[in-house]
Amino acid sequence: MQTVALIDYGAGNIPSAQRALEVAVERSGLESRLLVTKNPDDIAAADRIVIPGVGHFRDCREGIYSEAGLVEAIEESVLKKGRPALGICVGMQLMADLGLEDGETKGFGWIPGTVDHIPTDAGLPIPHMGWNELIIRSEHPVLEGISTGSHAYFVHSYHMVCSNADDLKAQVEYGGPITSAIGRDNVFGTQFHPELSQETGLRLLTNWIKWQP
Amino acid sequence: MLKTRIIPCLDVKEGRTVKGVNFVDLRDAGDPVALAKAYSEQGADEICFLDISASEEGRGTMLDVVNKTAKNCFTPLTVGGGVRSPDNVIALLRAGADKVGINSAAVSDPDLIARCAARVGRQCVVVAIDARSTGNGKWEVFTHGGKRATGIDAIEYAKLACAKGAGEILLTSMDKDGTKSGYDIELTRKVTENVTIPVIASGGAGTIPHLIDGIKETGATAVLAASIFHFGEIGIVEAKRAMQDAGIPMRIEKDWA
Repeated sequence: MQTVALIDYGAGNIPSAQRALEVAVERSGLESRLLVTKNPDDIAAADRIVIPGVGHFRDCREGIYSEAGLVEAIEESVLKKGRPALGICVGMQLMADLGLEDGETKGFGWIPGTVDHIPTDAGLPIPHMGWNELIIRSEHPVLEGISTGSHAYFVHSYHMVCSNADDLKAQVEYGGPITSAIGRDNVFGTQFHPELSQETGLRLLTNWIKWQP
Repeated sequence: MLKTRIIPCLDVKEGRTVKGVNFVDLRDAGDPVALAKAYSEQGADEICFLDISASEEGRGTMLDVVNKTAKNCFTPLTVGGGVRSPDNVIALLRAGADKVGINSAAVSDPDLIARCAARVGRQCVVVAIDARSTGNGKWEVFTHGGKRATGIDAIEYAKLACAKGAGEILLTSMDKDGTKSGYDIELTRKVTENVTIPVIASGGAGTIPHLIDGIKETGATAVLAASIFHFGEIGIVEAKRAMQDAGIPMRIEKDWA
């Protein structure tokens, strides 16, 4: 029996993510307990954690840091215990060194890179909103069964620019290449919303539930 | 490549889906939760709920319907109708909405858009605009389900909404809504030319060529429609294939019939 903690720090479409994770747990065939929580003890003890996030980089970071003991619990899980973590949207962006949305904000620094505005040269509407075709850049167990051309749902104005090409797992094209999935060691992140991406999203979540880095 | 979205809209009153012709004659088109799930499975790119009774009757939006829908389909859900405060927005997001539409309250207090965007991020804030032509290439914003004239220029208001932090504009032509004579191309194009955020064309779709023109002639990145889908006159996949054939990039999955 494994415990999956979906971290509820007030920034995220929790019901969608919760429901999609429940389906993923069921599909994985693994006995798992899903906790929606901001309790540091539960999070530090969980076998894997999901960091959601919608909105603003700095607000999400402040949301996490304003909960007593939360960031310490997340770091204990990810850095000390090496447990699998999944970041979604701004939850993924927080894994970077630095966010540039309305001034500089430090991230967790797990994956080297900077979160910068989507290129606007092409004059496309921002936010990048809707379904886009993934371009797989390197294979990863969490992306098993998902291929170039699979559709995923995006809604964001900033994206992560990885310093290290090996960390970049998938991109989409929107006036330039947009980082869509990143992974390094025991952490994985998606700029898109797997919980809103129907079959592709459920497959990714199921893969992640089973992933043993 | 980003795909153009088809968004079936469910006008909801007292927990049931209805669609007014010019917002007056209501026809019952079923249970919103079941319809949303069916649309999700049939290829809808997003689902939109508009609580049409909220503004006029002061009713709260249907958190319960939203919650049940969120639990039944993994498709983005936008909910609007009667939203007056950032707290209303947060309540809908907590219930399971992914984006929230703001209409009348933002017209009387455009700073509401900024306050909501500051709390939840601009990508969650959809500003819904109901516009009616005043002739001479101008349009006026109407509120309260299209009943109240405001004297506000729709193009200027769209620019203001964008500047205040809207993440998207849902633009409904009052002249076209319910007529099945096609979207208001000129209005929609004027708005897309004047804002930097995505625009959803709404009001008037009756045929597949209307959906195609609603994208190709306007710069909108999504088309919203209701009755043509509710009564099975056009299937979503059928519409998507025709749009793709017309050169519009659409999300079409292999396993769709």
